[in-house]
Amino acid sequence: MAKILMKGNEAIGAAAIKAGCKYFFGYPITPQNELPEYMSRELPKAGGVFLQAESEVAAINMVYGASGAGARVMTSSSSPGIALKQEGITYIAGAELPCVIVNIVRGGPGLGGIQPAQSDYNQVTRGGGNGDYKLLVYAPANLQEMVDLMQEAFDAADYYRTPVMMVGDGMIGQIMEPVEFKESVSRFELPEKDWATVGTGNKRKPNIANSLFLDPAELEKHNVKLQEKYATIKANEARYETYNLENAQLVAVAYGTTSRILRNAINELKEKGIEVGMIRPITLWPFPEEAFDQIPASCKGLLSVEMSMGQMVDDLKIVSNGRWPVYFYGRSGGMIPTPAGIIGKIEELIGGAK
Amino acid sequence: MAVVFQKTKGLTDKQTHYCPGCTHGIIHRLVAEVLEELGVLGEAIGVAPVGCSVLAYEYFNCDMQEASHGRAPAVATGIKRVHPDKVVFTYQGDGDLASIGTAEIVHVAHRGEKITTIFVNNAIYGMTGGQMAPTTLIGQRATTAPLGRTVEHSGMPLRVSEMLATINGAAYVERVAVNTPANVRKAKKAIKNAFQCQLDGKGFSIIEVLSTCPTNWGMTPIDALKWLENNMIPYYPIGNLRTPEVEE
Amino acid sequence: MLNERVICAGFGGQGVMLIGQLISYAGMLENREVSWLPSYGPEMRGGTANCSVMVSEKPIGSPVITDDATAAIIMNLPSLAKFEKDVEPGGRLLINSSLIEKKATRDDLQVYYIPANELAVELGNSRVSNMVMLGAYLELTKIVSIESVMKALKKIFGPAKEHLMPVNEDALRKGAAAVRQ
Repeated sequence: MAKILMKGNEAIGAAAIKAGCKYFFGYPITPQNELPEYMSRELPKAGGVFLQAESEVAAINMVYGASGAGARVMTSSSSPGIALKQEGITYIAGAELPCVIVNIVRGGPGLGGIQPAQSDYNQVTRGGGNGDYKLLVYAPANLQEMVDLMQEAFDAADYYRTPVMMVGDGMIGQIMEPVEFKESVSRFELPEKDWATVGTGNKRKPNIANSLFLDPAELEKHNVKLQEKYATIKANEARYETYNLENAQLVAVAYGTTSRILRNAINELKEKGIEVGMIRPITLWPFPEEAFDQIPASCKGLLSVEMSMGQMVDDLKIVSNGRWPVYFYGRSGGMIPTPAGIIGKIEELIGGAK
Repeated sequence: MAVVFQKTKGLTDKQTHYCPGCTHGIIHRLVAEVLEELGVLGEAIGVAPVGCSVLAYEYFNCDMQEASHGRAPAVATGIKRVHPDKVVFTYQGDGDLASIGTAEIVHVAHRGEKITTIFVNNAIYGMTGGQMAPTTLIGQRATTAPLGRTVEHSGMPLRVSEMLATINGAAYVERVAVNTPANVRKAKKAIKNAFQCQLDGKGFSIIEVLSTCPTNWGMTPIDALKWLENNMIPYYPIGNLRTPEVEE
Repeated sequence: MLNERVICAGFGGQGVMLIGQLISYAGMLENREVSWLPSYGPEMRGGTANCSVMVSEKPIGSPVITDDATAAIIMNLPSLAKFEKDVEPGGRLLINSSLIEKKATRDDLQVYYIPANELAVELGNSRVSNMVMLGAYLELTKIVSIESVMKALKKIFGPAKEHLMPVNEDALRKGAAAVRQ
């Protein structure tokens, strides 16, 4: 299929429909509005249903109901709206239901701003709601990658029966880039959803979608089972890209749009004879720990580059485990890091290291 | 020997956890009997709330989903939009529906979502131990209104059914009580009408059932039934508030 | 190596977002790597609108232009004040002189003054001033061909606006002629 120029939010919608998404429940919030608008226009044509809910809370609970009823379903929002959805997300995780949640991140805290940010890192990688659970979180850096990952996101959600989040910053939502919708073969073998609540037809025992376990022993058992699932996801689903690691004096870590800015900076530094590597997490959870084992001995430190105030630093320290000092460079509030700003920080660090 | 009474197939054999004298059991039975009599038990998908009836999914013998507090109408919306041909209902108490879930119940009615809600109003939070609800009557004591509810502090009790009856998408709205055998029979008829309204695709239907909470009211079951009659029914009059027929 | 980074800026309603999209779309049709990044938010309504466009032979890294624009197409005065500083030395600054009386303050840029509104009015449609500016830009840079832009415009317009294609093409050519001399 030929490439077409699409806006990020619309490309997400198109990719979701192509991935078999039939139901979308959402609520308006900038900067993701083109996505529900696109779904309201296109989903009915694909035999699906779009519904604008009365709130983010209602939307995610509609997702819960639809998912529990066996549907391939999605919702989208932006940071404060995702915070509202956390109630439903933890119930979905607890009841082991599949869905895809798109988060086009804007600046916070509170109402914050509407410009691009990555300050939801903690909100999306630590579970987000109450209880011991994790989301599988993809953070693509461009629209083609976003589109390519969408099928995988839905398949992984169904396969693991878990909520999956697709994270983009405001830029990923608003940018127009060429995308190609490729035919892809699922790498998952997806079983029938024999657990779904579709009516017993008087032929079987009732199916129940539920996250309540009043017996502590039962709840613990449930949690152990969830942890085993997360361990499998951790072992199988971590994704990353490395760039220019060879002979790197420093390895910078960035995801999403920030990684593109970092790449420019790395290329400029290379022309100056300074070798800086990049690890780009494509999944934020599981965090791609394995990538860090490829860092060469020449590396003197890690640098977290973010559109947030150091939220990813904790994960770098965990994965470093004392192997490298961890530094931070970031902008926030909708201010976007510049290659010059990143280069300045790196030169300061490398100068200091010498 | 002739069988004069048989437990409905709409309920499982699980023993309920409800307190002695609680009317949830009666209301469960009525809903289950109606589903069975309408021949839709195998097509039914119910949504249980948070509150005393949180475990309703263990008692109704049909597919069930457990919702978070107040969100049952949203969950039911998701189910019904996926399966418009199935019979979808929520079973909610007054803390769940009239307090934390007001947005969801208003908008499920506003959209005319073709689901049925059984709203059990016992004027108190039962499961959490007797706190004041929006439906708690003036003067009624609760653990968070130890001297009794006052208008100055908490306003007048909320009449949810009257409010919902003003919404066009609410096709069938009726308040019933289960304090006497006659009222129980009327309640069952209303519940049947509400489900029939859903089957006919007329819109949202809700039956508010005035119920007792002997434990948290601090009364014997018999006294609780009397208190319902003398205090609740005067403020929450029973009767039909809206039927599809009155629509033009 | 081709690595164009152009800012299109003006009032909301002047069609600056559209000409940015046309450059991207035409670039894609010519097998270039492209991106189009808009400003967004409340300031888009009535206030200034702008977008950053990249056309490159290599995959686009950062889609954000920070003081390294190779060109800026400026349709109104506030945009001149805002974006003149973002053009790299030697870059091109195209100014709509119909609405901007001020001159550029920098002397290290190639500056062009195009009376885009007057030229559009001469074509009988004042709304195509954006296409006049785009025509001038294409003539100066040859980033993409007018033919590719027209193909892109056809896709964006769809059948409903097909009748507007000729006047838009005329505007592109008029803008090109204005800087050809």
